[in-house]
Amino acid sequence: MAIPRYEDIEKNPKYQQLVHERLTFGWTLSIIMLIIYLGFILVIGYAPGVLGIRMGSGVMTVGIPVGVLVIISAFVLVGIYVMRANATYDSMIRQIIEESR
Amino acid sequence: MRRVTHRAGALALAAPLALAPALAFAAGAVEGGPKQATNWSAISMFVVFVFLTLGITYWAASRTKSAAQFYSAGGGITGFQNGMAIAGDYMSAASFLGISGLVYLSGYDGLIYSVGFLVGWPIVTFLIAEPLRNLGKYTFADVASFRLKQTEIRVLAACGTLVTVAFYLIAQMVGAGALIQILFGLDYWIAVVIVGVLMIVYVTFGGMLATTWVQIIKAVLLLSGATFMALAVLWNFGFSPESLFARAVQVHPKHDAIMAPGTLVSNPVSAISLGLALIFGTAGLPHILMRFFTVADAKAARKSVFYATGLIGYFYILTFIIGFGAITLVATNPDFLDPAIAAAKGPLAAIKGGSNMAAIHLANAVGGNLFLGFISAVAFATILAVVSGLTLAGASAISHDLYATVFRHGNANEQDEMRISKIATIFLGILAIILGIVFQKQNVAFMVGLAFCIAASCNFPVLLLSMFWKGLTTRGALIGGFLGLISAVVMVVLSPSVWEVTIGNPKGSAPFPYENPALFSMAIAFIGIWLFSVTDKSARAATDRGGFEAQFVRCQTGIGASGASAH
Repeated sequence: MAIPRYEDIEKNPKYQQLVHERLTFGWTLSIIMLIIYLGFILVIGYAPGVLGIRMGSGVMTVGIPVGVLVIISAFVLVGIYVMRANATYDSMIRQIIEESR
Repeated sequence: MRRVTHRAGALALAAPLALAPALAFAAGAVEGGPKQATNWSAISMFVVFVFLTLGITYWAASRTKSAAQFYSAGGGITGFQNGMAIAGDYMSAASFLGISGLVYLSGYDGLIYSVGFLVGWPIVTFLIAEPLRNLGKYTFADVASFRLKQTEIRVLAACGTLVTVAFYLIAQMVGAGALIQILFGLDYWIAVVIVGVLMIVYVTFGGMLATTWVQIIKAVLLLSGATFMALAVLWNFGFSPESLFARAVQVHPKHDAIMAPGTLVSNPVSAISLGLALIFGTAGLPHILMRFFTVADAKAARKSVFYATGLIGYFYILTFIIGFGAITLVATNPDFLDPAIAAAKGPLAAIKGGSNMAAIHLANAVGGNLFLGFISAVAFATILAVVSGLTLAGASAISHDLYATVFRHGNANEQDEMRISKIATIFLGILAIILGIVFQKQNVAFMVGLAFCIAASCNFPVLLLSMFWKGLTTRGALIGGFLGLISAVVMVVLSPSVWEVTIGNPKGSAPFPYENPALFSMAIAFIGIWLFSVTDKSARAATDRGGFEAQFVRCQTGIGASGASAH
């Protein structure tokens, strides 16, 4: 099992595709997470009243489910990344290494 | 003793009013309180935990013969185990007691704070975890110095690691002493010495393997205890969150205000700066980064963050329920309140031992004395697990980065390196005990925030750019990294929480207006690194840039990555 040379891997179009796809996907998800979080903080900073609006007749406010959803969104985004990486990136990497041997 | 108690209690209560954003970090340290009668059920349960973990350490010691086993448990930890251990590393006693106490005092603000602590994890997954595993071996400095000049970058990374670890460790030790004094009825110094000695034993004999299992066991105990408490609270209200909240609104002196954002985030610049410190600090904490080297490959690293994010998010939702449970079940029960304060300021402020005790009293309210003992023992175990992880990260920076690479130029033999790492562990443990005692009476609430800020402003920029930016040079990383480190420390010292609260200057005199400088110190670090890299025309700079292609291929594919050693 020789370790392939990096120059050979670099020339493989599949490698170029992998790098492009994974970086785009990772940065997109990162930016989504930052938008969700910073959006949450900016609403709190500039329009805190919005999260204090009551839902229905009880004391429950919009803020509670929104806060819990931000927590869940973090977990879901990680889940989406892991599923995609397990399903596609790992096999792409194996193929690239095989072809470069 | 009595006077100190009052001061500590008053600080805990005044914090949300006077220092809204600083409160965020008040959760980082546990406030002191009156020493209580010796709690035998708590002590006996803690002793069981100690024997169990010492047994594991004995087992781990026989498997910790090589440097790889000491630093990274030989890469033989599974993704799920590592996920539990990461969660165990991250869910400190301060976040359990501090955040539930914050919810108890201010309601919704506690949720805002815990969200900030969680959102760093997706970023770690998407950008850091896999490249880190593919490029590194034992410490994040392995990655940062992969294609740059070893000596300079290792010194920088070791400084970033040791300063981060030191501040985090002091906050934990002082919190441990104060907490154990309240929970177990032991003297402050005895508590600090017990924590220090146990952590030295775990790390020196059992290395990463023992540390990992201490963290896993603690995570299981903490999550089970918190789950039981949250379920018991909900059971009291027929599993209807609406009735829980309705009762809390009725009981709490702030009434409706606890269901909406309050004073925590009053200044958006300050809030965003704090948010950046929490997000990118998480991605730069050396003891967390080190955990990614304990698994076999990038796939397991990715999985472990997935489990960790789920467990940590679940934990924060539990602490929110626990905080509201404390409003309804603790603040309404005279057993948990100081009658003198209750008469003057109302029941909520009268909680014995301050707001950080909210979860502890709730444990008593829902599960009686035995469960109180269990939760107290879990809180002690929690501190122990966190300080062990921190000490291991610090010792690795000393032995692997400074000794083996900087002083011996990579020619140290493995046995010498192992010996140095063990000496460094003992040294750090003793130092932590001394600092814990020295800082007993100080307000150390800012220190966890400072640790996150330094991690975000020094470790994270250097690590990220070394992996993704070809133009990074040794000079750029060195100057920019140190600028980030120094500016973070200086701005925190000049901020209200240190300048006014800790040093004691008059209110409003702080030269730097925000509580957390991450927005500014991170900008200084990134701009510094960029500027001193692009203007670097040296021969070394050409080598640095020339090494990027090969590094990037390994970063993306994992070819040549250090694998798991046989067990």
